[in-house]
Amino acid sequence: MSLIAITEVKKRFGDNEVLKGISIDVAPGEVVAIIGKSGSGKSTLLRCINGLETIDEGSIVVAGAQFLPDEVHLKALRLKVGMIFQQFNLFPHLTAGGNVMLSQMVVKKTPKKDAEAVARKMLDRVGLAHKFDALPDELSGGQQQRVAIARALAMQPIALLCDEITSALDPELVAEVLAVVKELAAEGMTLVMVTHEMRFARDVCSRVVFMHQGRVHEIGAPEDVFSNPRTPELRQFLGVQ
Amino acid sequence: MTYQLDFGWLIGSLPVLLKGIRITVQLILIGAVFGVALGISCAWVRALGPKWLKPVVATYVELIRNTPFLIQLFFIFFGLPSLGIRMSELTAANLAMIVNLGAYSCEIIRAGIQATPRGQFEAGASLAMTPLQTFWHVVLVPALQRIWPALSSQIVIVMLGSAVVSQIAAEDLTFAANFIQSRNFRAFETYIVSTLIYLVLASLLRQLLASLGWMLFPRKASR
Repeated sequence: MSLIAITEVKKRFGDNEVLKGISIDVAPGEVVAIIGKSGSGKSTLLRCINGLETIDEGSIVVAGAQFLPDEVHLKALRLKVGMIFQQFNLFPHLTAGGNVMLSQMVVKKTPKKDAEAVARKMLDRVGLAHKFDALPDELSGGQQQRVAIARALAMQPIALLCDEITSALDPELVAEVLAVVKELAAEGMTLVMVTHEMRFARDVCSRVVFMHQGRVHEIGAPEDVFSNPRTPELRQFLGVQ
Repeated sequence: MTYQLDFGWLIGSLPVLLKGIRITVQLILIGAVFGVALGISCAWVRALGPKWLKPVVATYVELIRNTPFLIQLFFIFFGLPSLGIRMSELTAANLAMIVNLGAYSCEIIRAGIQATPRGQFEAGASLAMTPLQTFWHVVLVPALQRIWPALSSQIVIVMLGSAVVSQIAAEDLTFAANFIQSRNFRAFETYIVSTLIYLVLASLLRQLLASLGWMLFPRKASR
């Protein structure tokens, strides 16, 4: 049974239809990379899975939680899928530890002591246990993104959505973030990531989705998609002839 | 022209003066706390609140910002009793200051809220927080930090503006000064003294607000 079931999803911004009927099923433990040109709808799709965008048609179901645009359903959905953003979006007035503790205390009503224990564990998991008291401003981009991952993990999601999480990083900081993601994948976390890191997609992902003009243009195992692109659009995107 | 300054009256008038200071300080403390609380609530409505409530708050804000404080005070103290709402001078003064600061701080705080990057709201939402939880725990403190200097200035302005409450016989510092100079006929000296007291009070208030900002908002520590 699929963990994330996306069926015939359509999304319009005014007259502009950015998702033209997307269907993807993600099995538990799968790592799916979504690639494609900017404007192909890949980020929008990811944001729909987390309920940050509404959908006009179709359905999204994550482990039994149906995406409906009311507060109760949104909360149920968001408790199942965590999201990590390109711009980290850490809360600037809270320390790294505070960032990881906040939603546990506010949403799950976890007592402060327990939330702190979880936060320390999660920061340790991303290799930042020693930065518990640092403010986001005092961290490098790579460290901030790892705190963001720890913050999402602290809610114990069953899947993580990564929206170009290394695109805002200096080249030398990309590796430390990808290493954390790779480790999560190895531990069996279900991941859906929009990425431009083709090598990473090839090495780590179980499936690659190539989106083009609001549709799933090609989908398959990374070796097929990368070594044997069937359509001219994908060949052009990958820069192979 | 020789004018001999005479401060001999000061000791005798000290109790009146001290009472005036106490009332002025009390007015500004209550006014600032409740005024800013009102401002935060109104700013939330204008920036993020339900649509039907926005025109209500907008009307209040524009009404207050486009009429003189003295008229607002008179309206509350002399006007409202016609509707059966009566209150003491002090209560009326407190209320007028809260209502006045509420409107001005609303617009200042709203600017701080609207300067919040969209990613902050999205991060809150993606962590399953409700919009109100995100506002309270994520958006508010950085928003206040952004506009803290402007808000502090506005609070000091309202504190200095509180002098007009003497017009409804609320016994603040200005009321005390007027009272004293009507007895000792030493207007020059009396207003020198009261001016200096206002100066000191305003400086202390600025200091207090700066330290409060220091406590509320974390900064890069030079750890």
